[in-house]
Amino acid sequence: MKAKILLIVIALMNIAGAWAGDEPPTPLSNKAAIDLVQTHADYVWTLVAAALVFFMQAGFAMVETGLTRAKNAINIMMKNLMDFSMGSIAYWAIGFGLMFGATTSGWFGTSGFFLSDFTAGGDSWVLAFWMFQVVFAATASTIVSGAMAERTKFSGYLIYSVVISGLIYPVFGSWAWGSLFHGQGWLEGLGFIDFAGSTVVHSVGGWAALAGAMVLGPRMGKYTKDGKIKPILGHNMPLAALGVFILWLGWFGFNPGSTTAANKDIAMIFVNTNLAAAAGSILAMFVSWVKFGKPEVGMTLNGALAGLVAITSPCATVSPLSAVMIGSIAGVVVVFSVLFFDKIRVDDPVGAISVHGVCGAWGTLAAGIFNMGGTSLKIIGVQMLGIAACFLWVFPTAFVLFKLIEKTIGLRVSPEEELEGLDFVEHGGNAYPDFEVTSYGGMSTAGVPGGSLAAASVGYVGASKKIEAT
Amino acid sequence: MKKIETIIKPFKLDEVKEALNAMGVTGMTIMEVKGFGRQRGHKEIYRGAEYQVDFVPKIKINVVVDDAIAEKVVDTIKKTAKTGKIGDGKIFISTIDEAIRIRTGETGIEAL
Repeated sequence: MKAKILLIVIALMNIAGAWAGDEPPTPLSNKAAIDLVQTHADYVWTLVAAALVFFMQAGFAMVETGLTRAKNAINIMMKNLMDFSMGSIAYWAIGFGLMFGATTSGWFGTSGFFLSDFTAGGDSWVLAFWMFQVVFAATASTIVSGAMAERTKFSGYLIYSVVISGLIYPVFGSWAWGSLFHGQGWLEGLGFIDFAGSTVVHSVGGWAALAGAMVLGPRMGKYTKDGKIKPILGHNMPLAALGVFILWLGWFGFNPGSTTAANKDIAMIFVNTNLAAAAGSILAMFVSWVKFGKPEVGMTLNGALAGLVAITSPCATVSPLSAVMIGSIAGVVVVFSVLFFDKIRVDDPVGAISVHGVCGAWGTLAAGIFNMGGTSLKIIGVQMLGIAACFLWVFPTAFVLFKLIEKTIGLRVSPEEELEGLDFVEHGGNAYPDFEVTSYGGMSTAGVPGGSLAAASVGYVGASKKIEAT
Repeated sequence: MKKIETIIKPFKLDEVKEALNAMGVTGMTIMEVKGFGRQRGHKEIYRGAEYQVDFVPKIKINVVVDDAIAEKVVDTIKKTAKTGKIGDGKIFISTIDEAIRIRTGETGIEAL
């Protein structure tokens, strides 16, 4: 195929040259032209992949709203709209420079702010590369909105969005990926493997989510004084599932796109990504089946995501069989992790800490263990160093940030506001004006899950006027 | 005039409605409700946490009829709404003081 393209290019160039009276083509000018085709292909693939990763924002929004109550749906949409929008601006202004700018220390960059590397008429690669990187930064930042759902003050969340995209994410990113552009990180210098960001993106988001959930505290009614866990039902499981499918699709840009080059390597990365997701969802389903007696949809959805997060670091450097194993282990780990965080009363409505933090760490470790070129204690050691460095940078920084927000403008809404619902309180709106959005969750009858009343009655009475009247 | 309030299983609505229409009851009001009697509810599971759903969705039908056919209406409902399993529902009968048709102002049995 490549030979055919070469022949056509050469033929066309000969024709064009002869017709225009140009210099006849030389091997060097031919090579330049062929290289240009490759460059163009690199641009196309990188930007198509960036668009796919952008679409993951829709995936996150759907997962989060599906797994939370209807009275907070608008708030979830606003948080997702804004962590991408404000994150984009923060990353353009400061983040990209910190992550990929020239550096002397190896700890953060100091050039390239406000996309200063781009001049009109100059090389556009910085633009394509920035576009690809900004959607990655936005992925890390939106992970947190799920763990902090249903009780976070919107203004507090806006501030957080700017800081994570402008500072927390890019600094760690510079350690692992700086040399992909003008920088050079100390961690990558040691041989740290994180191809598409199990740690750089997902663990960063996951540990920030942990900090946020801890500073916030659990939703009202979630944990009882006598240690029971009261589930707060999500209001739309089909939306949650749609979100996972969209994320799975977007991951086909996330992982293979990280080559930022159009070559054959992307094939194995595609395959590894898919196998890990599939294995993760299957194992999570089985574990939930065995543990709870029925295959449970929430855990199965989390399992698919866990596999995807875990394969993100090793996707380019492990075999497909290894991908199946990595995804499978992630699918098992995520179920127990979700149960664990509930047990220690860290309320995470969507499982973000388990999916992104814990499985991000597993994936990074797995990149060392299952490394195709062979593994060693040194390789595994560097992976563990990276995992630890990420936690030690992100968790305290995010914790301090959330504490600062809490002490100044406030991080959590009042109990009355939380009961009323953030859609009305923060945004003056109602996500589903045609329906009775009654929430019975909360302090009075903590055992009755919110949202199930509307959902169940609409479901059981098939010919109900409520559905037809919309 | 008697008001007959019935709580039935939702999927029985069509059957009961058709049977009442067939015997001459032409108007009714239905409500989607939740409740439990001795049936209680069942256990569900969400992301690893078990919870009890006590309230079961039901349909409530209100009809107001002439005393003369009240007993026949009750029998019809009893027959069509019954499945023999727990949760079939209940019928309550009360007396109505007055009924009025808003459009014409008719009262009493003419209003039904």
